[in-house]
Amino acid sequence: MNDPFDIIVIGAGPAGISAALEADHHGATVCLLDEQASAGGQIYRNVSQSTSARTKVLGPDYLEGGKMVRDLEQSGVVHRTGVTVWKVGQDGSVAYSKEETAAQIKGRHIIIANGATERPTPLPGWTKAGAMTVGAAQILMKSAGIVPTDAVLIGSGPLLYLVAQQLVSAGAPPKAVIETQTKKDLLGATRHLVPALKGWKQLAKGLQLIAAIRMAGVPRFTAATNIAIHGEDKVDRVSFDANGKSHSIQTTSALLHQGVVPNTQITRSIGLKHVYNAQQHCFHPVTDAFGQSSNSVFSIAGDGAGIGGAKVAALSGKISALNAVCQIGIIPRGICETRAAPLLKKRSSELAIRPFLDAAYPPPTDVLRPADDTIICRCEEVTAGDIRRFASLGCKGPNQAKSFGRPGMGPCQGRYCGLTVTQILAHETNQSHDAVGAYRIRAPLKPITLKELASLETPKEPETAT
Amino acid sequence: MNPKSNSITTETIIIGGGLHGLSTALHLAMRGMTVVVLEKDRVGRHASSANAGGVRRLGRALPEVPLSVASADIWQNMTDLVDDDCGFVSSFQVKLADTQTHMDQLRERAKQVRAIGFEHEEIIDQQTLRDLVPAVSKDCIGALAVTGDGYANPFQTVRAFYTKCIELGVVIHQGSGVENISRVADDWSVRTAHHTITARNIVNCSGAWGGKIAAMLGDHLPIDARAPMLMITEKMPHFMDGVAGAQGIPLSFKQFPNGTVLIGGGNVGNAYLETNKTDLDYQGLALSAATARRYFPIMENAKIVRCWAGIEGFMPDNIPVIGKGRQDNVFHSFGYSAHGYQMAPICGKILSELIIDQGATLPIDAFDPARFRKNSRENGSESIAEFAS
Amino acid sequence: MFKLMEGEDVQDSVTFLFENQPVSATPGMSVAAALLAADVSIFRQTPVSQSARGPFCMMGACYDCLVFVDGMNVQACMTKVRDGMKVSRVPIINKDIET
Ligand SMILES: Cc1cc2nc3c(=O)[nH]c(=O)nc-3n(C[C@H](O)[C@H](O)[C@H](O)COP(=O)(O)OP(=O)(O)OC[C@H]3O[C@@H](n4cnc5c(N)ncnc54)[C@H](O)[C@@H]3O)c2cc1C
Ligand code: FES
Repeated sequence: MNDPFDIIVIGAGPAGISAALEADHHGATVCLLDEQASAGGQIYRNVSQSTSARTKVLGPDYLEGGKMVRDLEQSGVVHRTGVTVWKVGQDGSVAYSKEETAAQIKGRHIIIANGATERPTPLPGWTKAGAMTVGAAQILMKSAGIVPTDAVLIGSGPLLYLVAQQLVSAGAPPKAVIETQTKKDLLGATRHLVPALKGWKQLAKGLQLIAAIRMAGVPRFTAATNIAIHGEDKVDRVSFDANGKSHSIQTTSALLHQGVVPNTQITRSIGLKHVYNAQQHCFHPVTDAFGQSSNSVFSIAGDGAGIGGAKVAALSGKISALNAVCQIGIIPRGICETRAAPLLKKRSSELAIRPFLDAAYPPPTDVLRPADDTIICRCEEVTAGDIRRFASLGCKGPNQAKSFGRPGMGPCQGRYCGLTVTQILAHETNQSHDAVGAYRIRAPLKPITLKELASLETPKEPETAT
Repeated sequence: MNPKSNSITTETIIIGGGLHGLSTALHLAMRGMTVVVLEKDRVGRHASSANAGGVRRLGRALPEVPLSVASADIWQNMTDLVDDDCGFVSSFQVKLADTQTHMDQLRERAKQVRAIGFEHEEIIDQQTLRDLVPAVSKDCIGALAVTGDGYANPFQTVRAFYTKCIELGVVIHQGSGVENISRVADDWSVRTAHHTITARNIVNCSGAWGGKIAAMLGDHLPIDARAPMLMITEKMPHFMDGVAGAQGIPLSFKQFPNGTVLIGGGNVGNAYLETNKTDLDYQGLALSAATARRYFPIMENAKIVRCWAGIEGFMPDNIPVIGKGRQDNVFHSFGYSAHGYQMAPICGKILSELIIDQGATLPIDAFDPARFRKNSRENGSESIAEFAS
Repeated sequence: MFKLMEGEDVQDSVTFLFENQPVSATPGMSVAAALLAADVSIFRQTPVSQSARGPFCMMGACYDCLVFVDGMNVQACMTKVRDGMKVSRVPIINKDIET
């Protein structure tokens, strides 16, 4: 039997690329898998193919990713693009599909760097055509160079400001930015301000963004409530209350955002331990400082382990890779620790701003636990009220909820309703989020064809690194 | 906890709140008996809600045929029993043949069923099959068919039986695993973490855990816990009614009214009785996928959205244990070997007859737990080896 | 409504068919981006209630952008445009519910 890869990295964002590069640097055989057509993850998406217009709009932070991607190209890392990982086995086997053909490889250690997804933002009308996430609008800029002509941004958090400013500089200033955070949130957050000053550069950047939005004359509303998206089939209007008045703004593009949360589909599917993080209002896998999970074959790096942003992700990737190459005996523990020490230190100062951001831009209660008639499961069109009714009938957890009314059983496999279902059930049944738990996730992690699945039937020799 | 403060006396204790436990409770309660059901997790949590929902008489082991036929009658009028149709869709089931050998086997089978006096299984030719199931592979040359069979919704069924039981005064304790069983004079005394319950009769309906409970009652029955696996596709344009299986290869295939297609049929993963966990065996799932494609070419590009498994008890001869235990007033009903969903309505009735009337109105000798006593050295696993070979 | 961002100029283009109508797009674009740019905002109707949907996440997570591409049900946001590809809406799939 041939040797498998030493390290398989899933996800080619800042965390995954730097993990792959670091492991490669120490002489490990590395295979890096990503669903996108090119490296960069969500933040540096499509960076290697960017046009000059896009680069101007997206700013220097975006270009930083370009260097990483070039380093990757020069390295010995086996980089497979356009592959969807749909099964990760306890033994380190990874099954994926590329263009409808399935393959399986095996790693001695697996680094999961699959990043974040945007937090579900259920509010009335959020399923209508023309409502999309702020991140989606940004992806359209990065990968297609197109912008919504009359966007209204709704929600809270740094990405809301970033995209608003990017739309301004792309010549498509949004019609309004409707923010849900309140003065009280901001005041409460100030107690985190002193530690956050270590991250003053990021704070300053945020203030610059807000100034640029204001300069462009884009109206901002804060502490907005009762937000609803209207339109027959397509979005034509957004309504909300702010400053003691009701407002209505015409738009065909309602862009939603309430921060990002770790994508836990893979980590759940392997049965790794997860905990609920009350500050970030989401679950994340339990890891040690090196990103090692509750199963020694798997590490998690980047936003998938807990939201920290791109710089933190890149540092975590390196740290996880050091630990991984040490685990499989390529470098001794001593070297791993000496090398990791400065990275760990740098990471903690990068993380200093987090508690402030988490407190200043919390998801509002009616996004976490929406009103009864709001759809929360987009696929099966289950409402928040349905979940409350299930709870009153004795439903205690998300997996049981499926048997009551199919939430989480559509093609997105619970990605956009899982957290909300947990939040509502925790509240209705007076249990902790950890006690309520989350959907049980099993492969296939993404829908795959019978043909792809059937191709596993005859076991193939695991592919080798050489 | 002081067990005395939670002492309960009843006429019959049922261990296991799956569909068979609930059905037995229901039939006993309908005849006026007081019943307590003890369920270690929650009702229907295991095989009873994880199953494929197939309601079939087709292809039953011959001793099961009379029971299955009687159960089918109950399914047709399910609302009369539990005030809910349980999502039952009555259409047809077919067992496909794509070789002459398979066709001959099906013909032989139809003859056997006729020989014991039943007429529901009939051979249909290629054209009839194609009219009935246009999506079937051109290679299929015929099938064995039963009309009136179909499928139902397991969740809905569990809920309906549960609700009806409660209505009839059945006491159901969930989260109440049995820790100890003892004899107190002529009664049975069962202890859980929360209660001590005393009753004259005790019924073991604990599915894959049936062997453990049987052992606590002095019966050593060779049961094997496995995890039958299922997978379901995204919603597809409607292309078939009814349910298809295949001769000579495990397959169970149906499209629900909401467009999703359920594929199952015998491939199993690992089951862990202690933790309630199951592992999927992806080689097995791949085989099921390949089989579904072979009989239904339309499935080539269909997308699988979810796979799961449920824990089920299998007997060495693949038919359940139904009958009296060695000790007085002990009754067993478990080990349905992945086809007990359809039989639950009738088996509950049979158990109620055994308990109240001391005898069943349908033939159940073949299911006697005593069948495993011969040659038995009081050792379950050795018996498994004997029967499996 | 979407438009090209300021300063973005398009050199080559590919053409594909959407519901039998030609749509032109920049190579490298996803089918979802190309359709949005061509002012198509409704991609499909849900199988549950036949309500209109369009792309929501653009990163392969929500499955609201499902379309038929050359006969396969795929995520438009994860599929790159190719010259001559045939794209159409997913047929409404519910069986008429019998009573
Ligand atoms: C839509 C969106 C927009 C954002 N925009 C900004 C921004 O403008 N500025 C900013 O500072 N931060 C932004 N963030 C946050 C930022 O992206 C993260 O903090 C950072 O990129 C985390 O890096 P990562 O490597 O952990 O994850 P990512 O960059 O997300 O990389 C993970 C990679 O894993 C791949 N992957 C996931 N699952 C699979 C699978 N099953 N098979 C194969 N591949 C898989 C994904 O395709 C992705 O490429 C954004 C986040 C999102 C979700
Ligand atoms: S837009 Fe969400 S999957 Fe394509």
